[in-house]
Amino acid sequence: MPVITYREALNQALREEMARDDRVFLMGEEVAVYQGAYKVSKGLLQEFGEMRVVDTPITELGFAGVGVGAAMVGLRPIIEFMTWNFALLALDQVVNAAAKMLYMTSGQFNMPMVFRGPNGAALQLAAQHSQAWESWLAHIPGLKVVVPATPYDAKGLLKAAIRDDNPVCFLEGEMLYNTKGEVPEEEYVIPIGKAEVKREGDHVTLISHGKMVLTALQAADTLAKEGIRCEVLDLRTVRPMDVEAITASVRKTNRAVVVEEGWEVCGVGAQVVDYVQRTCFDYLDAPVLRVHQVDAPMPYAKNLEKAAKPDVPKTIAAVKQVLYLD
Amino acid sequence: MSTTKSSKRRAAASATAADADAKAVASDNAASSPEERRALHRELLHSMLLQRRFEERTAEMYAIGRIGGFCHLYIGQEAVSTGFISLLRPDDYVITTYRDHGQALARGMTPRAIMAELFGRVDGCVGGKGGSMHLFDKSLGFLGGHGIVGGHIPIAAGVGFAIKYRGGDQVIVCFMGEAAVNNGAFHEALNMAALWKLPCLFVIENNRYGMGTAVERASAINDIYKRGASYDMPREMVDGQDVFAVRDAAERAIARARTESTPTLLEIRTYRFMGHSMSDAVSGTYRTKEELEQYLKRDPISLLRARMEADGDLTEDDWNAMDDEIKAVVQDSIDFAENSPEPPLEALMQDVLVDTTSD
Amino acid sequence: MATKVMMEALSPTMEEGRLAKWLKAEGDTIANGDVLAEVETDKAIMELVARGAGVLRKRLIGDDSTAPVGQLIGVIAEADEDISALLGGAAPEATPDAKADAASEASAPVEAAAAAPTAAPAAPAAAPAEDSGRVKASPLARRMATEQGLSLSQVQGTGPGGRVVRRDVEAAASNPPAAPAPRPAASTAPTAAPASAPRATGKPAAIPVAPAMEIDGDARDVPLTQMRKTIARRLAESIGPVPTFYLTAEIDMTAVVALREQMAASGDAFKVSVNDVIMKAVAMALAKHPECNAHWLGDTIRYHARVHLGMAVATDDGLIVPVIRDADRKGLGAIGREGKELAGRARERKLKPEEYTGSTFSVSNLGMFGIDQFTAIINPPEAAILAVGATETRPVWENGAFVPKPRMRVTLSCDHRVIDGAVGARFLQTVRHLLEHPYLMLY
Repeated sequence: MPVITYREALNQALREEMARDDRVFLMGEEVAVYQGAYKVSKGLLQEFGEMRVVDTPITELGFAGVGVGAAMVGLRPIIEFMTWNFALLALDQVVNAAAKMLYMTSGQFNMPMVFRGPNGAALQLAAQHSQAWESWLAHIPGLKVVVPATPYDAKGLLKAAIRDDNPVCFLEGEMLYNTKGEVPEEEYVIPIGKAEVKREGDHVTLISHGKMVLTALQAADTLAKEGIRCEVLDLRTVRPMDVEAITASVRKTNRAVVVEEGWEVCGVGAQVVDYVQRTCFDYLDAPVLRVHQVDAPMPYAKNLEKAAKPDVPKTIAAVKQVLYLD
Repeated sequence: MSTTKSSKRRAAASATAADADAKAVASDNAASSPEERRALHRELLHSMLLQRRFEERTAEMYAIGRIGGFCHLYIGQEAVSTGFISLLRPDDYVITTYRDHGQALARGMTPRAIMAELFGRVDGCVGGKGGSMHLFDKSLGFLGGHGIVGGHIPIAAGVGFAIKYRGGDQVIVCFMGEAAVNNGAFHEALNMAALWKLPCLFVIENNRYGMGTAVERASAINDIYKRGASYDMPREMVDGQDVFAVRDAAERAIARARTESTPTLLEIRTYRFMGHSMSDAVSGTYRTKEELEQYLKRDPISLLRARMEADGDLTEDDWNAMDDEIKAVVQDSIDFAENSPEPPLEALMQDVLVDTTSD
Repeated sequence: MATKVMMEALSPTMEEGRLAKWLKAEGDTIANGDVLAEVETDKAIMELVARGAGVLRKRLIGDDSTAPVGQLIGVIAEADEDISALLGGAAPEATPDAKADAASEASAPVEAAAAAPTAAPAAPAAAPAEDSGRVKASPLARRMATEQGLSLSQVQGTGPGGRVVRRDVEAAASNPPAAPAPRPAASTAPTAAPASAPRATGKPAAIPVAPAMEIDGDARDVPLTQMRKTIARRLAESIGPVPTFYLTAEIDMTAVVALREQMAASGDAFKVSVNDVIMKAVAMALAKHPECNAHWLGDTIRYHARVHLGMAVATDDGLIVPVIRDADRKGLGAIGREGKELAGRARERKLKPEEYTGSTFSVSNLGMFGIDQFTAIINPPEAAILAVGATETRPVWENGAFVPKPRMRVTLSCDHRVIDGAVGARFLQTVRHLLEHPYLMLY
């Protein structure tokens, strides 16, 4: 099986879906001539032309709204945000328009569109460029929120998102674009809303999504040397969340640690913990712990940034705590 | 979590939507024969008077608690909706703000479907889920009823983009209040529409007040149409109380959009005779009674009626007959809404998501 | 003859009490003095004791409901006695929820009180009230215990704050007191391997309490031997939650009296009380006999290296036991000053929690009330308490004649699970020796 990068996997998904359905177009800042700020849209302008690969002014609210309008009358827009940090300017369109349109119109207008772009902290980008937005978006009924961790998932889930008749927020890991993984040549689509056990274990469940899945897997590797068998559950989609998968795993291991990139308060992990206490109450042997960014904006200085981020040692510490080993 | 639409009742409620086609009169202000002229002008008067009578009863229904929430009346501005929409084709699009009853009626949505929606009943145009601010009808190309000031303007640009993407010759008319022009969304949308040459009409209904803030107190430029210069966009200012003046400007802009795929910015000077919403006084603290009375002298319906009487196209009896007919239609919409059931509780979780894909 | 059970004023300032939990169900046979219920007063959880014998025929309020002092809350009578007159005269309920609780209680008898852990001790009461009555356990442990028919109160929790967690239930299930079996290694919790592996050498492999084995340098936990477990269980069954025995000794206080006089002669700064000297002697004796300076922890006995001496003080509100820390290392003067200061603030209710918790052994002195001799109740988890009576002049047969001597009787109450008779006796012997030869305390 070919080994390609996360970036290439996304590029393949875009190309395949645009070839498959001429209602699909890609719009955003620097997606066409520049070939994508992160080169995800490389080659697409040459292949599909400027009507389907559209450079926009720096006008996030504006082009997000253009996507909504185009979706209302039957196109299938893919709106790329250069990063989700900039999407904050467009949230009126994402939340007030895209997410609510179907409901507000009693089913007359659905929104077959994708909002996508890199999410989360990279390296030393400081406060305004280092944020994980999935908990904000996952709060909104009417949206689906997908956060893939691997090249395989990124491709299969982006294809599913483009084909979905609902608005899908697709959050790519800024630090994941260069990561590599096996991606088959034959076509496949991964259903939205299904978590995946990335590593099996029976002592504790690490529940994560996006970039933090890799952190969880690394922590699991380290802990395995001490005889601790971690199960790593990759949510892949945070809305709708795969409660069945969470329940099955935690009922097996009796302990859970949620690892996420965002902040603690009202984060995705808080929702996971809620599901766990509801479905696994009588199976828990320890309180569910969370690993997340510290409750402060992201600092620039290397040492401070490192201390702010969730990481492998913090994950290991949490695991030991739920195992009563600390 | 979600299921798809169950809009059979809604479809029934708007069964007379076919009327819309009848109202899509040929864009000819100077009708070729006196008969055609009379017919056209009666259509225009009917459209405007229906909006007026409908909203008068809406205010009454609001006062007795049949209608809740926010409710913004259009009374005084009817020449704008009728003027533009009377020139559209059935496959064109209309999008507007929360002050949307007038445009919905002008576009051919039935009084029944609207009144039932205002009552929050299952036969409303969106099954009771939208209310006054969120009227929609896909079959009429009526794209809402949007509640966030300025939020729908980029959506209009998106519809224009889709028209161009498909190579069609439809247009979209986007109505907005004058206060929306100070919003970033207005600027962003107009810039893109001009940059990409999208078939959009951006129609500013300048009724002088954004809620209670006079245009002079909110916009650095009082002649708002001049903002079009920022985007090198064709622009025009129009007397919004004269339906013929509105139609003249609309005709030019529609042709420009349809044949040249070029947007136009139109500032329509009008006035609302009621308060901003149901929760404030007609004159209020921000404008004087005298000012209101001055504008009332230029009631668009009175102006049209006088013109038709002068042309010999309308007698007292004609007027009374039309008024009685419209009042009966409006009463019928109220009876219909009263008798329409509340939405079933199953509707609560319906249409959050669709469970379909493009496969 | 029926006995009314009333809400009693269990503290001087109490105007109403919250009945936290009935410990007897309707229909239970009651002996005079049985603890009927736990009542939360304005300052602590107290026990409501039966003032008559018979059968608890009626409970008029439910758990977790309040009643003013003096309200009828239950009736004890003969099984077939007519109590309708008593019930008819019952005062209106204090709170609506009390009524509802009472109704539900009437139709569904509560679980046997025996399953619940006992409340905070009535005296000397220093334990914080909020923890009493509830076993902390993870939901999983709770479910496993139910499935295996184990009472959580019989399982020693090793999680944070004593939480009973899965490994504890598994250990309890696989290691019943009567037939101990080695803990299964692989099939149980993942904690087994990582937790015990580094510490396995030199320790008995069967002990499932690895995390509690090393506390810090100041104490050592010794797992119970099977013999010790059997002694504990049998004695507890025999006498109650704390199987106590008592050792009384009469001590010649001549030397102490002389010591005080000599010190007082050196100036007011050197005045010490008899109690100060006793405290010093007890502290030094404990340092020599750590087997009496111990806590009973259920599965382990914790022998303390440091001596934190509790000193029972009567206040207007009741008993409280401030603690003189490291009393064995302090001089008489320091003990005297500290004791006086703590007692003063105790009476003003100004003690901080850390000042009345953490004692390893307690002394209760009622000598100033003219009490010759009494037995004190052990302050769990301490293993013993020394009750000190008055110093009185008594005739003592000495060298062929009765001579008057100042004498004092002390009684050591010992938790037999920790302290055997001879051990207690040796400790008391040391106390006596120090008091009769106080110069040894200089050494």
